[in-house]
Amino acid sequence: MTRAARLLLTAFWTFVLASHAPCARAEGRVTVGSKAFPESWVLAEALAHVLRSEGVADVAHRNNLGGTEIVYQALRAGGVDVYPEYTGTIAQVILHRATSATLDEMRGALSKEGIGVSEPLGFNDSYALAVTPRVHERYRLETIGDLGRHPELRLGLTHEFLGRPDGWPGLVRHYGLSMPHVLGIQHELAYTALESGRIDVTDIYTTDAEIERLHLHVLRDDRGFFPRYEAVWLYRLDLERREPRALDAMRRLAGRIDEARMIRANARVVLGHRSYGEAADSLLAEALARGPQRSGAPGATMWGAMLRNTGQHVKLVLLSLLVAVLVGIPLGVLAARSAWLGSAILSVTGLLQTIPSLALLAALIPLFGIGVVPALIALFLYSLLPIVRNTYVGLTTLPSPLEEAAAGIGLSPRAQLFRVRLPMASPAIMAGIKTSAVINVGTATLAALIGAGGLGEPILSGIQLRQGSLILQGAVPAALLALLVQRLFDLVDRAAIPQGLRLPPPGR
Amino acid sequence: MADAAGIEIQDVLKTYDGVRAVDIDRLRVEPRSTLALIGPSGCGKSTLLRLVVGLLAPDRGTIRIDGTPMGPGSRLALQRRMGYVIQEGGLFPHLTARENVVLVARDLGWPEARIQARIQELLELTQIPPEILERFPTQISGGQRQRVALMRALLLDPDVLLMDEPFTALDPMIRSDLQRELKEVFDRLRKAVLFVTHDMAEAAFISGEIAIMNRGSILQRGSFRELVRNPATPFVTEFIRAQRPLEAPDQSPT
Repeated sequence: MTRAARLLLTAFWTFVLASHAPCARAEGRVTVGSKAFPESWVLAEALAHVLRSEGVADVAHRNNLGGTEIVYQALRAGGVDVYPEYTGTIAQVILHRATSATLDEMRGALSKEGIGVSEPLGFNDSYALAVTPRVHERYRLETIGDLGRHPELRLGLTHEFLGRPDGWPGLVRHYGLSMPHVLGIQHELAYTALESGRIDVTDIYTTDAEIERLHLHVLRDDRGFFPRYEAVWLYRLDLERREPRALDAMRRLAGRIDEARMIRANARVVLGHRSYGEAADSLLAEALARGPQRSGAPGATMWGAMLRNTGQHVKLVLLSLLVAVLVGIPLGVLAARSAWLGSAILSVTGLLQTIPSLALLAALIPLFGIGVVPALIALFLYSLLPIVRNTYVGLTTLPSPLEEAAAGIGLSPRAQLFRVRLPMASPAIMAGIKTSAVINVGTATLAALIGAGGLGEPILSGIQLRQGSLILQGAVPAALLALLVQRLFDLVDRAAIPQGLRLPPPGR
Repeated sequence: MADAAGIEIQDVLKTYDGVRAVDIDRLRVEPRSTLALIGPSGCGKSTLLRLVVGLLAPDRGTIRIDGTPMGPGSRLALQRRMGYVIQEGGLFPHLTARENVVLVARDLGWPEARIQARIQELLELTQIPPEILERFPTQISGGQRQRVALMRALLLDPDVLLMDEPFTALDPMIRSDLQRELKEVFDRLRKAVLFVTHDMAEAAFISGEIAIMNRGSILQRGSFRELVRNPATPFVTEFIRAQRPLEAPDQSPT
């Protein structure tokens, strides 16, 4: 575990950093980012198409970046050059200001970060409340204010809407509503609940494809509560110098995408099960009056995608686990040395475990960009605790006659550790590694949130698109992988745990 | 030679949370002699052994092994001049009996031939069938485990042997066999032996000299007969009486 381990570790990080480091921002290279929902994918893909057709050599689209915090950090760090965002979100989430902030105020504040805000694309994707035609007719609901007359209505609202000040809490105050039947529900599931009549009212985004499909009636915001969520591009200001054609492309799309076009584009993906590349093409055909184009990436087959995602997943799990083993066991040994050091090491590794994964990923992006490196580091940090703790416990709970023998028969400290204590602790250590590995297979699905791929990719997309088959393409291989890892480690146990410790206990 | 005592304990105090676990003015185990240390459980005899082996440091006082004071700097070297047989053997379950026996010699870098030769000598001395050595501790009987533990303690040919209630967990038949064997080994090897037990019959059989310990202190030291005839304190009488059905053994040495 000494020199060889250190060498291995150095080689590993050199390899990882060299192959995945956020590349130097070069001319002729633009990375478009998008969040993990269809509208964001379609818009980003549309911009990527325009850039390609304008002759920018190297255009990449990193989709499914986990949320505002992550994609914005990626933009600041340079892993992403441009992505679609909404003015209300910029004001609230990024700048922590009132949603009434003007575009110029936002530009002023963001320019200090090296970030620019484009002209609006032409549509407002705001929150609204919607009801089914049946409920609309029965209760004669036209405006949000009308809800107040029917406190018996059942509301299913998304958790985010329930929590945001520009969501339910503000709305209740603004309209003086008092609705006793309010439940939290996931956005895509809310439509299913609405359709089957389990709830009467839900919050929607005004460009959701389901509005058309379910013929939903959107309640008028007659007292002007909801702020505007104009779609704009957020981009790195250095693009102006590096790749001015990117700014041209944004200008060409300004004001060209209205609500009707965006709803249709969303519907093509969510309801028509078309790829977002195709949806982007159709959107551009409408917006720029241009003919259909060859879209960038050819559609991969299901098996090919599954194989690629599984391969990437295995790589993420194994590499992070390997480093966690190389670092975790020595940390456990160190922790077992002194009570002070032990409690310090165990507290820190325990603390790491409590950091929410999205927060950890967001914190890693400014340091390591997006993609494989921050994903590996996050997985590595989450893998540490079981390995460190089990090593520590294995080393400190030697039965007392054996402890006496280890320390009392004249063994050098080195031989005590390597010939007695570590082999004796090996079943506990192996159990810790196995726990880490299995947890890792699950946690690695989050890697897709920061563009590191893996089986989280089809799962995230499948949840957004409400396509069970797509979710299964990620979930089934992940489950099989977890079982495989379990089996694999049963074999590794035979090599790593001395034979004498695997014998049945003696009868007394 | 007289000052190069096997084990010499001088003015040693060890307390736990203010309670005296060991408080001994002077206790010597001469070279080539056996002392049986006896006392009820909790009397401090295990603590005393841990002090001698250097697993604990005394609050004050010195322990000398062959004249060298035990301390952090000398501990490892002194441990290699002592053979230590732990309660229930203390054999490591992940190693075979042979690997247990040669563990320290390997650590010291002994050549293989020297290790083999030494094992041959010890097999004869302890009368262990050679095939036993290839088994794991859980695969051999309690009696064999104790023989292997003795073998491990003797491998480096130490001057001093420490035995911490080695036969406690064994059934009486095997126990009496082992006691006889062990006594022969002691007689042949003539090392300084500190033999800790709570069984008076065993103490009297193994050794001509018995030291009775209670509450951390040595109450009396002498032959079994002396302890019976001239008990130093009421506790000595009581302790001996509590160990009935014991008659004064006829072969008790003087």
